[in-house]
Amino acid sequence: MKPAKFEYHAPATVDEAVGLLKRYNGEARVLAGGQSLIPMMNFRVAAPAALVDLNRIPSLAYIRADGDTVRIGAMTRQRAIEFSPVVREKLPLLHEAISWVGHLPTRSRGTIGGSLAHADPAAELPMALQALEGEVVARGPAGERTIKAGDLFSSSLTTTLKPDEILTEIRFPASPPGAAYAVEEFARRHGDFAITAIACLLVRDGTRCKMARLATGGVGPVPLRLTAAETILEQRGLAEDAIEAAAAAAAAAVDPMSDHQGSAEYRRHLTQVLTRRAVQKALARKP
Amino acid sequence: MTEPKMSLVDVRLTVNGKPYAGQCEPRKLLVDFLREDLGLTGTHAGCEHGICGACTILFNGEAARSCIMLAVQANGAEITTVEGLAKGAELHPLQQAFHEHHALQCGFCTPGMLMAAIDFLKVNPAPTEHEVREAMSSVICRCTGYQNIVKAILAAAPKMRASA
Repeated sequence: MKPAKFEYHAPATVDEAVGLLKRYNGEARVLAGGQSLIPMMNFRVAAPAALVDLNRIPSLAYIRADGDTVRIGAMTRQRAIEFSPVVREKLPLLHEAISWVGHLPTRSRGTIGGSLAHADPAAELPMALQALEGEVVARGPAGERTIKAGDLFSSSLTTTLKPDEILTEIRFPASPPGAAYAVEEFARRHGDFAITAIACLLVRDGTRCKMARLATGGVGPVPLRLTAAETILEQRGLAEDAIEAAAAAAAAAVDPMSDHQGSAEYRRHLTQVLTRRAVQKALARKP
Repeated sequence: MTEPKMSLVDVRLTVNGKPYAGQCEPRKLLVDFLREDLGLTGTHAGCEHGICGACTILFNGEAARSCIMLAVQANGAEITTVEGLAKGAELHPLQQAFHEHHALQCGFCTPGMLMAAIDFLKVNPAPTEHEVREAMSSVICRCTGYQNIVKAILAAAPKMRASA
């Protein structure tokens, strides 16, 4: 058998799940969609003493528009998000980001909460959470707390969730109607993790840019907001020279890693090119 | 931490319309349960870490990779494997198209190709060639037979629309 032995629990409620995590005191792992955790267990890179499987808690899967906020249950499948009319209308950037996540067969199982809690630096959903300024709800023995996107990711594959906390909900501010958006990604094969990816959300007022949000994936240990580039667009507008300056600022802001897929220099170059393309694609998309 | 307890779990599920029941360790992967416990060896175990797609099945009607799911998670589920596609001697329209277009050489990836393509054609019944290529990048063929696989899927799409 591929995975090492573990004790298996499939609680029916979140409270029961939190109780189990507390009992195992950091030795248990939460099983969401399993599209990253089970491969790691098959390789025995991960060998938790116990799995707490959230797949038998149906109340954790939902997509709800609640005023200006879209709430998505942590166990909502990526496939459900892909085909959700609410997401398409209110969070078009998330809709676009999902199409870059793995493949249809992995999106059938993979969940939004699982992807965020796994915090792969090259994954698209952490990048989208940053660009959309979302937040997550975590429930632990002491109750619930919310964690903003910028405070969730601490390093590669590591979040600020405590070992006995479960990510239960993701909240996104609905994007203003007419907001322009784009995801640009470079990977060896569509569906692979990004070598570099950029998410872009723009709110325009004529040629002016009322709001710009740019975030990276694959470039460093955590997804980053490119605030210097955002400021350039908000102050100088969306003419070609401003976009070029923003792309240069994006490249200057990142501190990429080198690995077998590409050098740090290559990723820095991609950051500049993809930032420019993402802004241009967003602008080309809507009048 | 002490050695995890080794208790068996019950798995009751429906595969290709037939009820099955078995017992296994929680760590048993669904693909191994299908092959070893139920004797359904049509589903192939390739990379066994969710990359190659050979083990793709339909889980409650949606394509999923059975090498990165636990058998116990399929308790109560309805599964379709490649064995469930043909009706007696009559091949599924997609199987027929694979046959006619010579869309397999060694055949190792074929069960995964078929199951992934069936789900893809359900969500996109009239795809472009580019869309087929992008979707089928979820299953790896190392005979480099994609050309004919793409042709077969494009040929099967209208037939599957007609029979839907």
